[in-house]
Amino acid sequence: MAQILAVTIFLIMFLLIVTEKIERHITTLLCGLLTLVLVFGFCMHSMEAVIHTLNVKEIFTPAFWYHAGEAAESSGSGINWATIIFIAGMMVMVEGMGHAGFFRWLCMRLAKMVHYKILPIFITFMLMSSILSMFIDSITVILFLAAVTVELSQLLKFNPVPVILAEIFCSNLGGSATMCGDPPNIIIGTALGYSFTDFITNTGLIAGVCLILAIGYFYVIFNKELRNTEAVDSSFHPDPKDAITNRKSFAISSIIFACAVILLVTHAQTGLTVAFIGLFIAIVTLIAAGKDALLLLKKVDYKTLLFFIGLFIVVGGLEETGILEVIATFIGDISGGNHMLMIAIIIWVSAIASAFVDNIPFAATMIPVIKSLAVTQGIDLSVLAWTLSMGTDIGGSATPIGASANVVGTAVASKNGHHISWGQYCKVVAPITVLIILISMLMIFVRYL
Amino acid sequence: MEKQLIISIGREFGSGGHEIAEILAEKFGLELYDKNLLEEIANEKNIKLSSLEKFDEVPRNYFFTRSVRGHSNSMAENLANMQFDFLRKKAAEGKSFVVVGRCAEHVLKDYPALISIFILGDWEHKVERIAKLYNMPFDEAENFVFRKDRKRKYYHNTYCKGKWGDSRNYDISVNSSKLGEEETANMLADYIIKRQNRK
Repeated sequence: MAQILAVTIFLIMFLLIVTEKIERHITTLLCGLLTLVLVFGFCMHSMEAVIHTLNVKEIFTPAFWYHAGEAAESSGSGINWATIIFIAGMMVMVEGMGHAGFFRWLCMRLAKMVHYKILPIFITFMLMSSILSMFIDSITVILFLAAVTVELSQLLKFNPVPVILAEIFCSNLGGSATMCGDPPNIIIGTALGYSFTDFITNTGLIAGVCLILAIGYFYVIFNKELRNTEAVDSSFHPDPKDAITNRKSFAISSIIFACAVILLVTHAQTGLTVAFIGLFIAIVTLIAAGKDALLLLKKVDYKTLLFFIGLFIVVGGLEETGILEVIATFIGDISGGNHMLMIAIIIWVSAIASAFVDNIPFAATMIPVIKSLAVTQGIDLSVLAWTLSMGTDIGGSATPIGASANVVGTAVASKNGHHISWGQYCKVVAPITVLIILISMLMIFVRYL
Repeated sequence: MEKQLIISIGREFGSGGHEIAEILAEKFGLELYDKNLLEEIANEKNIKLSSLEKFDEVPRNYFFTRSVRGHSNSMAENLANMQFDFLRKKAAEGKSFVVVGRCAEHVLKDYPALISIFILGDWEHKVERIAKLYNMPFDEAENFVFRKDRKRKYYHNTYCKGKWGDSRNYDISVNSSKLGEEETANMLADYIIKRQNRK
């Protein structure tokens, strides 16, 4: 009964998220409440399951903020507070950077560096999209990049759609390279106790190889179209300095960003957890913002944070009732203990699912499944973690609705009158997505099996 | 300076609402905004008109589009918002005009100069009119009218709080089948003049 109810609530939540009839944070919070009351209370009569899922105790343990030696694994099921605090902290920092004009300046600076030539802009923007997405959420990266791309396209008279499509794909690819790049990675990293270094030396390596391939692919497809554009009077070129709204804030936000990168890269060595780094960065940004601190706090996307809380409770319901173990057993059975087949199933199912539904709930649901598989099938958990990460992060690229970056990128294009249809999007991005997933799978086979 | 006058006309398909809007625009010497709004937007954004036309007054497809932090990748939704912004801008500039559809009675409801009208019609009359206009059999015209109205209703109800065609959302709702388009327009013109004189 509890299992059926937990699955029903989960499916209703998914359906409501897809249809967007109700705002997604309200959907997950309501479904989370239903899980607590109906599944844990009414069916299981288990206060322990409620406490376990709410997971508040975790925040008050020293290991949540600092740990010596290996990265600490989260207490398991329930609300992943480390993810939420880290994302909140990064949101504050990114708001501060955006407020100071950092992203617009960076885009314009790069465009100026390549003398506003379209093909070099195309390639440098792809690289920048990947690199920024390794540390900053892809929504912010694409929001600024796509907006500047449209602006430059009007000045330099080129079609912005190819550039935006390439930026979206490279952003998702860059996000897969690090622990803090994409929400599924943050959840995987904090839930399973992997560090920034673990990700960069595993998924990062795969993403690096794939990025070279992706840039080559987009260049081959679009270079002819982008090459054939007329020259424009250079007096119309914008000055990057104009993007900076406040020099002092700009310098401070650049320093804070550099600190965040250093802290993240070295967190396995320093013992500082991502929750600590997120909170620290947020506090420093707010102190530096002075009287603008309230404005930055107001701009934080609380809806996304609430969405995560509700989501973790609903997934906790699935975990507590043991339904995810049933799924893990099913995957184990159909793969017949063959590790290659198991990896192939996880990467392709994750990729296909992420192409059509939000990859965050999917990754959160799959973490207990891969944990169970690692125990029952004797496969290294980290291999399954990298597989899940690549599947969810890259699979989301395939369609215009698969990942947040795709939605934001196509939305910016659409708002400026450049509609990107499903056909147009998938014709360009789906083949490279399939190819990259295939290469990722082969690299995992070769390196780990 | 002349008083600002904005006339919004919602209409059922086949009711002759567009023709009535044309007559009123001519009578009062006002600019008429309908599909030509797209031209203005296309010129402003420097894009092809044809790339916008198929998304005009079309409801958002929730299965093939998504929105993230308020950014929707539905062209239909974005185009609708562009048109709403355009209308708000014109109204804020103090311009007088007639607008057909585009949720104008909702979008411009805060402007005292707005007079909102909904034109409906008898089913038989609407279908006969469409069958004649498009040169199609009656049963085909029935389907056509039904589908068009369903689309308009869904489009309207997506963006507005009030329901499409609900008389409580409009200053005046009138069945054009009873008097015909010309007479209905004359009757509405009288109403508009009386409203203008009362302000």
